[in-house]
Amino acid sequence: MKILTGNDLVTGDVIWWAGDGWSRQVGDSVDVGEQGDDLARTEEAALRVVGAYVIDATLTDEGVRPAHIKDRIRALGPTVRPDLNLKPNDADAGNWVI
Amino acid sequence: MYRYDSYDQSIVDARVEEFRDQVQRRLAGALTEDQFKPLRLMNGLYLQLHAYMLRVAIPYGTLSARQLRKLGEIAAKYDKGYGHFTTRQNLQYNWIKLADAPEILAELASVEMHAIQTSGNCIRNISSDQYAGVSADEVADPRPWAELLRQWSSFHPEFTYLPRKFKIAVIASDDDRAAMRLHDIGLKLVARDGLIGAEVYAGGGMGRTPMVAPLIRDFVPEEEIVSYLEACLRVYNRYGRRDNKYKARIKILVHELGVEEYKRQVEEEFAQMRDLGLNPPTEELDRIRAFFAAPDYETGLPEEIDRSDPAFALWVDRQVAAHKAPGYAIVNISLKPLTGIPGDASAEQMALVADLAERYSLNEIRVTHAQNLVLPHVRKADLHAIWQQLEEAGLAEANLDLITDIIACPGLDYCALANARSIPLAQKIAQRFADNERQAELGELKLKISGCINACGHHHAGHIGILGVDRKGVENFQLLLGGSGAEDASLGQITGPGFSEDGVVDAIEKVTDIYLAQRAQGERFLDTYRRIGMKPFKEAIYG
Repeated sequence: MKILTGNDLVTGDVIWWAGDGWSRQVGDSVDVGEQGDDLARTEEAALRVVGAYVIDATLTDEGVRPAHIKDRIRALGPTVRPDLNLKPNDADAGNWVI
Repeated sequence: MYRYDSYDQSIVDARVEEFRDQVQRRLAGALTEDQFKPLRLMNGLYLQLHAYMLRVAIPYGTLSARQLRKLGEIAAKYDKGYGHFTTRQNLQYNWIKLADAPEILAELASVEMHAIQTSGNCIRNISSDQYAGVSADEVADPRPWAELLRQWSSFHPEFTYLPRKFKIAVIASDDDRAAMRLHDIGLKLVARDGLIGAEVYAGGGMGRTPMVAPLIRDFVPEEEIVSYLEACLRVYNRYGRRDNKYKARIKILVHELGVEEYKRQVEEEFAQMRDLGLNPPTEELDRIRAFFAAPDYETGLPEEIDRSDPAFALWVDRQVAAHKAPGYAIVNISLKPLTGIPGDASAEQMALVADLAERYSLNEIRVTHAQNLVLPHVRKADLHAIWQQLEEAGLAEANLDLITDIIACPGLDYCALANARSIPLAQKIAQRFADNERQAELGELKLKISGCINACGHHHAGHIGILGVDRKGVENFQLLLGGSGAEDASLGQITGPGFSEDGVVDAIEKVTDIYLAQRAQGERFLDTYRRIGMKPFKEAIYG
């Protein structure tokens, strides 16, 4: 699947296109098919996102998983600061990115 | 310490207000990202892997207690409670909101700091020796010249759009603690016939094409340093490879022209410039120099240190360096706790070190390119009290220049350019070699990790260096041996095929075993490597 990601213009937070808006959870991502680039332009023009780009991902039993480790780290947060990542109570969260 | 005059303050304040307006226009949609990006970068604001990142300059690594306290307050108020000290004596905040950036810059300006020229193809923060002004072996305090160059290079109209970024370091000792020859230009102050001048090295750097800078002039009189550098930069600005980003640094120009031809062109330019009045008036250097005059050290202080507490004695042996004034010492504060993140300091830790500086170190702190902090003016009688407070704050690791004193870039945990994570690897290595006796047995061993070829972690200059690469989407680590960023500067050589994260930790253990087995009396790891060469290490690693 193709998913769309970028950073919130104002806060800089990593965000994922969820079909009807942006989410901070990669698991909310939807397949954008061939529409990703058009969506990115529209959303950037609307000042909702900056640096938007389309990536490959797969739908697994655990949810949407970006294909590349860099985007998995973007999705989770720094693996060395579990207190700051999106699963602060999951001691094994860092293994998800590998 | 240098204090801003009204001119310094007014240009920094004006820049804050200019950027405030630019951010407002960006948030209102009047500026596109393509229009805004170069403006935010000129103010040190990057868009990184997780958020906006702000890089704050710490000129020549010198901070007052007031400034460090402010850096901690900003971390607590606008970030997630911490900052990261970098290999270029800067501080980076990882979680900045765009809307907050102008107010953060205003807070920085209130303590005479800024983020100007911490990005872009301009002259970056001038770096220097963290022991400047307090080591006994320097010919002069290098910081007045570093400050002079900071003023010369700030908003320099001719050098705002160079072919590529440009980094300058200034030292004044035979011991190079600033990786001077791995800068675009390195200055080493020297004395000749009673006069101060500079040896000038040009064309050093790391990145994808590492080079140790060659000497291009063995003495430039102090009053002509600015015009000589102007000539160096002019030749580079004119002929640097603007057609290819990867060949645009001055090191490529010096290499392609040849050192002699580059020198000839610089001398030709210098000959035309030296009478144009470009050098600052002597009074200005004297004015700056007065800010760095040695403080009134107390006299008659005791030299003895009570070493009855073994943990304190170990810390003194490893973290305390000789000071030029009797009864005083230089304290190195490790930002490399064994399970921590190299170079990170929490807001509370910054506040504590600021308090310690205020109480025990004449209000001064230094930041090192090895991502540690220094209290430069400490009475030996106060060492125990300082150690106790550092220990309570998790800042009393005793590992200066040992294998666990690892330089590591932020790597793929934070950086959009990285290919691999540096920090978890640094933590694994630190834990493998955590035993104090083992570290002591290995002695000076500088280990440096970069998460990509850009080499922010100085892997080329590590006695042991590690470069993270992306191998088909999987992190892989190349091992290098034999580098040095010190006065015996050299570039590390790759051992061979790369390793997994665990594999490279095992390989390092084999490398250190070979060193211990083959070292001669008094040899550091680097000395043994240089004597016996790569072969025995490769055989141990790859079988």
